[in-house]
Amino acid sequence: MNKILERLMEIVFLVAACMSVLAVALICFFLFVNGIPAIKEIGVFDFLLGEKWKPSNNIYGILPMILGSIYLTAGAIIIGVPIGILTSVFMAKYCPKRIYPFLKSSVELMAGIPSIVYGFFGLVLLVPFIREVFGGNGSSMLTASILLGIMILPTIVGVSEAAIRAVPSQYYEGSLALGATHERSIFFVVLPAAKSGIIAAVVLGIGRAIGETMAVIMVAGNQARLPKGIFKGVRTLTANIVIEMGYAADLHREALIATGVVLFVFILIINLSVSLLNRRKY
Amino acid sequence: MEAINTQSFMSKLKSFKSNPFSAILFILVMFATTVTFLTLVFLVGYILVKGIPNITWKLFEWKYTTENASLMPSLINTIVMTAISLLIATPIGIFSAVYLVEYAKRGNKIVGLIRVTAETLSGIPSIVYGLFGFLFFVTTLKWGYSMLAGAFTLAIMILPLIMRTTEEALKAVPDVYREGSFGLGAGKLRTVFVIVLPAAVPGILAGVILAIGRIVGETAALIYTAGTIAQIPDLMGSGSTLSVHMYNLSKEGLYMNQSYATAVILLIIVVVINSISGFIAKKIAKE
Repeated sequence: MNKILERLMEIVFLVAACMSVLAVALICFFLFVNGIPAIKEIGVFDFLLGEKWKPSNNIYGILPMILGSIYLTAGAIIIGVPIGILTSVFMAKYCPKRIYPFLKSSVELMAGIPSIVYGFFGLVLLVPFIREVFGGNGSSMLTASILLGIMILPTIVGVSEAAIRAVPSQYYEGSLALGATHERSIFFVVLPAAKSGIIAAVVLGIGRAIGETMAVIMVAGNQARLPKGIFKGVRTLTANIVIEMGYAADLHREALIATGVVLFVFILIINLSVSLLNRRKY
Repeated sequence: MEAINTQSFMSKLKSFKSNPFSAILFILVMFATTVTFLTLVFLVGYILVKGIPNITWKLFEWKYTTENASLMPSLINTIVMTAISLLIATPIGIFSAVYLVEYAKRGNKIVGLIRVTAETLSGIPSIVYGLFGFLFFVTTLKWGYSMLAGAFTLAIMILPLIMRTTEEALKAVPDVYREGSFGLGAGKLRTVFVIVLPAAVPGILAGVILAIGRIVGETAALIYTAGTIAQIPDLMGSGSTLSVHMYNLSKEGLYMNQSYATAVILLIIVVVINSISGFIAKKIAKE
């Protein structure tokens, strides 16, 4: 009796463990089965490189959205990465012990704030600010980039702080002993040693920025046309899905699912590079 | 601050004078840190200042009407949604972690596959989960826009998080516990349930609480699975959670005051969740 129970529960555990495999398989299956036919019908090149998205005329080109996603992510990286890495340097190498727990939980709080709250903050504060300073209607590539830059900060700070802390302290001490200042030791000895972890942080940040949906919708303007400049609105792949899915039908709906497929492939590539980076460390 | 390099303020200043480059780096670090934390303070402060005056009893009335955009139905939906998602994901997540840590042999091919897929799951953006939930639960299984479809979608989303935290918690249980239990004649199953899992409870709990945070904050995965109607439905009906509710309010631009208030409630929930999980983590670290 006991033997059977042991055996049975082992199988139960195994089945539970296979659930995540099943989930990924199902997600891939349903996205691809529903999305690929649309890509075929529209034509791979017309779909991926088409410059016009006009569902009412049956024109489905998602190049504007692909570029929108890429530009916004690049913007977020330009704004978020330097600030994030420098903050992580402070957290790991400057922060007085007494205020460290406070700052650490602040970063965790930043990571926990829902994206809809970030989006709302952008909508009521950032958008009017950009409108006042730079003109236009305020919902623009710049606004969304700043907001995304803020949103990826906790990811970058957390991961690169861990990477900096993982560098053996002898590196730092040796550099000090050779007469380098605190700053030089950190930036020219410790940071290069933590390079792979910091790159992983940036790649994770890219993943977060490219997948972000709600916050972007609220501040980016969402015009489905090729990006025209940093003070003009853009639409991302994610926004395209949420905005039109509610009323889309037939080929339009399938084109939106295909948009999801493209986004999914982007994310898979990013995930793959993260795990490759992690593997190289060992 | 590294203990071996404590300098007085004056000597630091002197070293900066002879090393202007170091001074610039120092200023950059301080500047970036200030930007990061001022942004957070500003964000939280602004929403609290604007939102708290808008929290009124009217917001907590049972029914949502166009005159009174009550957040009560959404608040209850959020709790229900959290409960169902956890009910689905927690056992599966814990069992998977038990398999990975306690049962799987080293170098097992399945283990590698499970880890890769769990990693993949944790990187998928919520809108892709939303699309999948829409295609699978809402359309293929014909559940329609329903709380259940939303809960299943979220359960898949939080599964990798619970798996990972449980795995870490199980690994942190010393092998002596297991050996002692085996030595006293207990079987593997009994060891897992009576000795190992109870010892790992705080770590598992911290993961579950993080998962609650993700569920409460989720919007994109729910719009096309659980729908956006501000009512208290049964399991197969459509109902919006707090985040989705807030999206609806702010999207139309008509209910800005209520949006501020909802944002405050969301922030409070996040702060509470964070401090509970931080408290548990600290307790684990002390032991």
